[in-house]
Amino acid sequence: MYSAKVLEHLENPRNVGEIENASAIGKSTNPVCGDMLQLYLRLRDGRIESAGFLVQGCPPSIAAGSVLTELVTGMSVEDAGRMAPRDITTALESLPRNKEHCSVLAIDALRDALKLTP
Amino acid sequence: MAMRKIYLDNSATTRVDDEVVGEMLPFFTEQFGNASSTHQWGQQAKQAIEEARNQVARLLNGTPNEITFVSGGTEADNLAIVGIAEAHGDKGRHIITSRIEHPAVLATCAHLEKEGWKVTYLPVYGEGIVRLDDLRKAMTDETVLITIMHSNNELGTLQPIREIGELVREQREAGRRHLYFHTDAVQSIGKVDVDVRELGVDLLSLTAHKFHGPKGIGVLYVRRGVRISPQTYGGHHERDRRAGTESVPLIAGIGKAAELARLHLAERSGHLRNLRDYLEQELFRIIPDITRNGDAERRLPSIANLNFDHVEGEGLQISLDLKGVAVSTGSACSSGSTEPSHVLVAIGLSQDTGHGSLRFSFGKDNTREDVDYVLETLPAIVGKLRSLSPRAVKKSKLEAGA
Repeated sequence: MYSAKVLEHLENPRNVGEIENASAIGKSTNPVCGDMLQLYLRLRDGRIESAGFLVQGCPPSIAAGSVLTELVTGMSVEDAGRMAPRDITTALESLPRNKEHCSVLAIDALRDALKLTP
Repeated sequence: MAMRKIYLDNSATTRVDDEVVGEMLPFFTEQFGNASSTHQWGQQAKQAIEEARNQVARLLNGTPNEITFVSGGTEADNLAIVGIAEAHGDKGRHIITSRIEHPAVLATCAHLEKEGWKVTYLPVYGEGIVRLDDLRKAMTDETVLITIMHSNNELGTLQPIREIGELVREQREAGRRHLYFHTDAVQSIGKVDVDVRELGVDLLSLTAHKFHGPKGIGVLYVRRGVRISPQTYGGHHERDRRAGTESVPLIAGIGKAAELARLHLAERSGHLRNLRDYLEQELFRIIPDITRNGDAERRLPSIANLNFDHVEGEGLQISLDLKGVAVSTGSACSSGSTEPSHVLVAIGLSQDTGHGSLRFSFGKDNTREDVDYVLETLPAIVGKLRSLSPRAVKKSKLEAGA
């Protein structure tokens, strides 16, 4: 049902939790299923130095948050601003069709943190 | 070391008993006759079917001619409800059921509503059990069918079937002669005693695969003298109630499974209760913020339905699966919306709390070691998922600050 990558992130989620002295915080909610994601970023010299997340949601939402923090760590803020839900889905190998909105949840939190219009 | 595999989803289906398989096999090859044939092949098949009918009748304390073989629980429910509706719809067009019935009942009632029937769905409150007062109030001269499950498949809660049976009897004596009472006993067979005479039911559904028989075979019990309209048209099988060549291997299988369920009822029931109570008692001790869904006393011995605060059910279920443990959750997000199941909603769980529900359902082959393994693995899984949860993190911060 879920890709090996999704299951792996469920078993070992990366960068769990809030970050002390976060320079940016983003929140997103999926109005359909109620899933909620909070993203914490520490920025330095235009780059994302570290990222952390909390999530209330199903396995794909957990995996999406986890893989997002992995992807954006070390990335320039500019590049991070160009990320799209598809990047999350690709990094997770695949998401079931009815769970694709979980990748949107992750990107919405990122855009909220970077104060970009969704 | 190979990963342990522990099946705790016996309310979904069960492993077929080896003895049952042995009983079925000859009817695929050596004794393959059609029970309608008058030659010896046919008569052998016929004899096997009648033997199985006897075995099921004994399990239910009914008589063999009250037993109709069908394809399973869903067909039994459909045949009972539509069969009564079509046969007695001229006397009234009102059905009473509950909010926590299986979809096989709810969808059939919904179908009849489209045909102009009125259906009352009784509430079940926090305990997950219908109340007689509500039923009494819902009854009218138009009511021809009451269909209330014997036990609920998610919570295991036992419904007051015997009391409803008495009420139905009183109502009939008071003049409501065209009132019929059906119960879906699919989850109860093999876990608690189910006696059609004691319960006072007119119709009862069961299916073999929930008590170590094969899938694809079930029974509708129809009390002698109760008329139903058939839902399949064809030959004169099953006393004209269910046309179609009988599946002799499956029928032999359900017969054997019924016999074993009857012979081992007390022992299996005690075993299930011991394991279930052990699991609950220990989980309540070692994991904080768990609640039980549904009534603690009036329920099957086989089911524990627990709610874990601040975590989502599917995450728990999949994480357990990755550790080799099969359970089910009342909140699979399948259509993009994570509404809790209709049963959890009926007992008052909100979307948020409903997410964290797990159903553990035990079978005769489970052991105390199986429970120990769950007790070893589940706390870490809950801990990990709670460390991800914004609400749980906030709560633990507040507690640390207090």
